[in-house]
Order: sequence, then C-alpha cells, then structure tokens
Amino acid sequence: MSTLPDQQNAAPQSSSGQRGARSAVVIGGNRIPFARSGGPYAQASNQEMLTAALDGLVARFGLQGERVGEVAAGAVLKHSRDFNLTREAVLGSALAADTPAYDVQQACATGLETVIGLSNKIKLGQIESGIAGGVDSASDAPVAVSEGLRRVLLELARARSTPQKLAALRKLRPVDLKPNAPTTAEPRTGLSMGEHQAITTSRWNISRRAQDELALASHANMAAAYDRGFFDDLVTPFRGVSRDGNLRADTSLEKLGSLKPVFGRNLTGEATMTAGNSTPLTDGAAAVLLGSEDYARKHNLPMLANVVDAEAAAVDFVHGKEGLLMAPVYAMPRLLQRNDMTFEDFDFFEIHEAFASTVLSSLAAWEDEDFCRTQLGLSGALGTVDRTKLNVNGSSLAAGHPFAATGARIVASLAKSLAEKGSGRGLISVCAAGGQGVVAILEARRP
Amino acid sequence: MTDTYLNLVNAQPLSRIAKAAGLPRPVPLRRYAPDAPLVPGPVLVLGRSRSTQDMAATLLEWNLDVRRHLRPKEKFGAAVVVLDDLAHPGELSEVFLELGHGLRNLLPGGRIVTISRPVTSEISPQTAAARQAVDGTLRSLAKELRGGATANGILLGEGVNTGAPSVRGTLEFLLSGKSAYVDGQFIAVGSDHGAPPRSAELPLAGRTAVVTGAARGIGAEIVRVLRRDGAHIIAVDVPAAGEQLAQVANHAGGTALQVDVTAPDAAERILRHAATRYGGLDIMVHNAGITRDRLLANMDQARWSSVLAVNVESQLRINEKLLSSDHFNSNGSIVCLASTSGIAGNRGQTNYAASKAGVIGMVRATADALVGSGRTINAVAPGFIETDMTARIPFATREVARRLSSLQQGGLPLDVAEAVSFLASTNAAGINGQVLRVCGQNLVGA
Repeated sequence: MSTLPDQQNAAPQSSSGQRGARSAVVIGGNRIPFARSGGPYAQASNQEMLTAALDGLVARFGLQGERVGEVAAGAVLKHSRDFNLTREAVLGSALAADTPAYDVQQACATGLETVIGLSNKIKLGQIESGIAGGVDSASDAPVAVSEGLRRVLLELARARSTPQKLAALRKLRPVDLKPNAPTTAEPRTGLSMGEHQAITTSRWNISRRAQDELALASHANMAAAYDRGFFDDLVTPFRGVSRDGNLRADTSLEKLGSLKPVFGRNLTGEATMTAGNSTPLTDGAAAVLLGSEDYARKHNLPMLANVVDAEAAAVDFVHGKEGLLMAPVYAMPRLLQRNDMTFEDFDFFEIHEAFASTVLSSLAAWEDEDFCRTQLGLSGALGTVDRTKLNVNGSSLAAGHPFAATGARIVASLAKSLAEKGSGRGLISVCAAGGQGVVAILEARRP
Repeated sequence: MTDTYLNLVNAQPLSRIAKAAGLPRPVPLRRYAPDAPLVPGPVLVLGRSRSTQDMAATLLEWNLDVRRHLRPKEKFGAAVVVLDDLAHPGELSEVFLELGHGLRNLLPGGRIVTISRPVTSEISPQTAAARQAVDGTLRSLAKELRGGATANGILLGEGVNTGAPSVRGTLEFLLSGKSAYVDGQFIAVGSDHGAPPRSAELPLAGRTAVVTGAARGIGAEIVRVLRRDGAHIIAVDVPAAGEQLAQVANHAGGTALQVDVTAPDAAERILRHAATRYGGLDIMVHNAGITRDRLLANMDQARWSSVLAVNVESQLRINEKLLSSDHFNSNGSIVCLASTSGIAGNRGQTNYAASKAGVIGMVRATADALVGSGRTINAVAPGFIETDMTARIPFATREVARRLSSLQQGGLPLDVAEAVSFLASTNAAGINGQVLRVCGQNLVGA
C-alpha cells in the first residue's frame, strides 16, 4: 500500500507513539532565584516559595483569578503538615480559588514528572491548561523525632488511665530524645547520594579535570545567559534575591581545582568529587505553564515548545548492580527507540547536573559499546552527545538544585531555547534518589 | 509619608493657633471618588462671549447646578470663566471683579477654570495683552485661594472652540477631584480630535497601557489608576524589581514584563508582548526614572550617564520604535514623566534636571511630528510628591519643600497618576506637546 507511508508522514512527527492525541504545549515558566540552603530563604517555607513561583507565573501571563485546569507540584523534603502543599499554595496565590491541585513526589524527578503528568492530561483532553512545578527547602526541612519517641508518644495518646500513661512513659530512653536530622542518605544503603555517585564516578574513570570543566561550563553558560537577558522572563526575584545565589560568574579551573574532595575519600583511587563539581543543598521553587494549542490561542499566549514524550526507569543500586543515579541511562534508549530518534535528532541536551560526574558517567555509558550491548540490550553504543549542545544555559551546578524544583527549571529553559531557535528538539535527563530517572523530549513549534 | 503638620493644623486646638499665627494651613485635598459629585456645589459660569451660553448648556448636560450670577453669600463649588473672544485688556475687569466679589463663598476644594486663547504672532498687540493678562490673573488668583481650591486655565488653539471634545474633557478633569494637585496651570487644547469615552466610569476601557518603572511609587500608582479607569495593564520594570512588579501586575489583573528600558531591544520586547497578548498598544507611560544626586562639582561619569540613559535616552529610543510600529495604535498616547526640576532646576540635580528638561524638549519636538496623526505625546511634571524618594529628604528640608506650594502640602502619587490617566484618554486626544505640572503651584519654576 503506497498510501500508508504518506499518511504516516502527514501525521506530525511529534505524535509518534501517541498518535491521535493532541499537543501539549509549554507556554512559559517562572521560578524564584535559587539560593543556597541556610541563606536568604532560610526563613521561607516550601509553601511560601511555591506560592511566590506561582504568583510570578500568574503575573507574567496575566492569569489572575483564572481557574487553571490543574496545578501539580511537590517537594522532596516535606513537612507532614504540608500534605496538601500545592493546593495550599494555589489558595495563597493570585489564581482562582477553584483551581484544583495535587502533590507529586518522585525525588529529584518530581518537577519533570509533574510536567509529564499534566501534559498527558492535556493531550487526552482532560484539561486545557495546567501548571507543573516543584519546590524544596533544605533550610526549612522537617526534623523528625526518633522512632522510639514517636512510638512512646503514640502509645501515650492511646493510654486512658494514669498507670497506662506512666507505663508508656517508662519506655522512653534518653537516646530517643535525639531528633532525626534530615539527610540525603539512601534508606536502604545508608550511603549519601554523593558517596553513591563516587562509586559510579570511579567505575567510569571520570577525571577530576573533566568534572571541573563541566562545572566551569555550567557557571559560564548560566552567567552569559543572565547577561543576555535570557532569564528576564523565566525568573522573578524573591526576598531581594534576583540571581541564583550559587552562580559564580568569575570561577575558574584554578579555583575549582583548589577545592578538596568531599566524596569518595574512602574508596580506592583518587577522590575527585568536590563542593565545586557537586550541587549544594539549595532552596527554591519553579513552575511551568502548560496548555493545549486551543487554550494558548484563545488566551493569546505564546507557544514555546511541545511536550513530546517521556520515559521513566529505575535501577537496582541496592545490590550494587548499577549506580544510584544511572537510571536515566536506561530510560534514554527506550525513549529514543519509541520515537524513532537518535542523539543526532536533538539540538539541545539538558542533563541535570546532580554532580558533574553524573552527567559525565551517563555520557560515557552511552558511548560505551560493551555497556550498551550488555546492560541496555542495544546492538552497539547509543551514541555521543554533542558537548556544544549540552546545558547551553547552565544547569544545576551553577543554579543549584532545590530537588523538586529542578525539573520545572529545566523544562522552561529548554522550551525557551527551542522557541528562540525556532526549530529542533531538546532532550531532558533527570536522575533521582531511589535509583530512578526520567527522560523527556521537547520539540520546537513549527512557525 | 504622613504629613504630620497637615494633620495637626486640621485638628483642634492647633488649627486656631495656626490661623492666629498666620502659619500655613494646608487642608486635605478634594480627590476623586467614584460616587462623589464632579464639583462640591453650584457652578458659576461667567463671560460675555457667545460660547459662554454653550458652556453653561454643557455643564447642565452634566447635571450640574449651573448659575450665571451668584446671590449674595451663596456658596459655590466652581466657576468657569469663558474668555475666548477677548480683544482688549479692559474687558477683563467685569468678569474677574464679579468672580472676586463672590470668592469668599467658594467652597473648600472649589475650582476656578478659565477658558481663553493663547498669544500667537497673528494677533494685535491689544488682543495679545488681553490674552496674556489672563495668565497673570489666573496664576495670582491660584495663589490667593485657600481651602484646597485651585485655579487653572484651558487655552483654545487655532480653530478650536469651547465645544471641542478635549475642551470638555479638560474642563471635566479640572473641575473634578482628579486635578486636586494641579494648580495655577494652563492646558492647551490644540485640535478638535478626541471623543468622550463610552463609559464615564471606565474612560480607558479597551485600551492597553504600558507603564515603565511600575514596581513601586508613582509607577505602581499609575498602574492602579489606569486599571481603575479600565485599561489593560502591561507593567514594566527592571528584572531586579520583579518581585514587587509581579504584585503590582497581579493586583491590576495585568501582565508583568521584566525589561530594562535601557536595553537595546526594550522597545521590541514591549511591542512584541503587547502585540501577542493584547493585539497592540494604545498607551505608553514613560515613568521609569532614577536620581543620582550630586553637586556638579562632585559629579562623576557614572552618575551623570546612568540618569540620562534611563530618564531620557531610553524614552527617545523606545518612542522611535513605537512611532514606526503598526502595533502602536493609530490613536495611541504617549505620556512622559518629566519633573519640575527639569523646568526650574534643583540644586544637586544637574544630571536629573538635564534628563527631565530633555524629556520636555523631546515631547515638544515629537508632538510637532505627530500633529494630525491621531497620536499624541505629552508630559506630566510632578513637583513635591510624597514618595519613598522624597521621604529620604532631611526633615527640615522636606517640611519647607512641602509648604512651598500654593496648596501648602506635598502631592500624592495618585495626583500624578490622575494626570497621566487623563492625558492617556481619548478625552485628551486634542492635547499634544503639553507639559502638565502636578505641583500644587510650587513657588519654584514657571
């Protein structure tokens, strides 16, 4: 049948794998500048920061009093009282009070997952518009009581008589009074994310210099993007801060090279991961406005890029079969295959810089024929990412990484890059705690 | 900034003491409220020309209590003095003396408005003398009025008669509380352009306005008033002011656009935003401005250049793009913020006065090019306005500065915003190239 290929060609390429669904469009984004933990946002709660990010988005696009289809956001470090964090932020924002909202939590992939979830609802016609986002405060993190104290307190609450209450209290031990400070340690291994990554860094022989070079590029690219006004319509100042506090426009390989390693010091071989090539604990919030084409047209809103497709993956890091942050490496070939694409089809690569070596390990894995054959089940290497297309406006090493906010930061920046270029595609890769990872494709709107 | 002195002298027992001692006695000004009458009492219409009767008829249409003569001791809210056919200085005495006899009965917040013609090169010396005499009379009368009353004039351009839309619009503005801090000023109506707004309550309905420097102070107030008057708002300020800008935009139901007006592509970004989101632009308010005060002897390059760059060079560049763009609509209005410092000068402000005088020059030259186009450009020159900026002036200097006007108090950002909104309305489409001072007839300056 000669007509079949023509029909396939007539369908927009972006809809491969999702034929029949309509487009979900990135309209724009807004975030507050990210700040180092314990800094200018030390007194700001997740709810305040998320509300500020929403209000900036509302102001940018004139959404005051509007009922948005749905708002999805989340936080990784979350107080139990914030069970309805996103809905509470909506109620405190300039959006209409009858805008529904839900929370998502997928560690560092939270923000990207909210974009994917709402995009899918838009594609299915369930909603016309949505705001995706995330927030995290390492400053205002919840501090939990010990397991022993928690059990005693619960038993105390259940006790009816005084003897029962005294019996409950007698079970309390001095050690139970020590609070559990929040950590980024994996529950099943007790290792911090940095120590996990150090294992992977060593496995892929990622050099100190390569990591420092990547960190330097991130800072230089982001500083240049600020200077050319790239973030003028992506960032709204908060509490007197107007640029990301972690950004060091004047850093250099010498300065980065002078920092002492902080992770992997107990491993054999050279420790290479420093505070300069790892992201610091960060406070911040970000949001992305999504909509159908109809919605954007009806409201005279810009259409920056289409959300094409996404894929999640997870790896078994617990038994040491794979590195904690390597899941995106596995998600990537599945996404590319489904969309019949290769790295050559992309003009921008946004690979979240949890650590410089996370990015470099991923790139190395995709270039490694043996790894791709045995671990990814491919016939050869997946391919090489053109480094000139990688994180061209800086990424988490420069901006900092408020866990759940990073995905929305990346989506908004990438969508704007694609709109500026006027053509092409962008690939997003975000690693997450628990051995998870999410990758996604955005595509420029055809003029 | 609270005017403590104003509050004190309006409360017993200090009001009596202030009166006995001959101290300044500023009163709270009559400002616009949607449900308040246009004027606080009957309107006296004086004049002998044929237009006088037409003017009285117009005021009757506005449901005002119009009088051609006052009964003894009758209180009145405003007087409109029609002098459009003056030919000789001798003709002034009758109307002004009649006005003078009743002046003690002008209610607080009252208004005197003269309607006359400007001096031009084509008229006889005696006509010119008569017309110029109105200027001196009015400015002196404004200084005699108390109780927050003001006196202002309308000048009719060539071929413009008292029935022109912008004459009626200007008269309405001057009679209303919207002109509370405009005193001793003349507004020239140069053409028959313009039309009364479809809605008196929402005179800017359907018009889209850009306000620069919108994050705080006078700019934020201009946004609020333009929105009150029905305009769609694009609030512009530098990215660093984005947090307040977002709040201003959200309160006004508008959009926030973070752009530094000195950026080379500022005009393109503003026009693109207006075209995409609102289908075009009708009103451009150049409010963004900075001060970097120093005596000239201590002035450095950075202070001088930054003030000129923000206050006037950005306006020049943006206007050039605006006026060559189809996205700036055919009846578009540009309103530029000048300053009385740019008219009278101010110690320590050579750079600022240069920029603001430059704005006035720019407005006049641009206006000449816009004649007949349907577009207009005008300036508003604030005097002493109670803002964060003036709150930083040392106490004694600030107290003196406040009392230096005929209204013996500082103006509010609202007063500036009202003037901007008026000049941005179709009511003012016949006004072009004017500099409207909002200064309470400050003693310094023209």
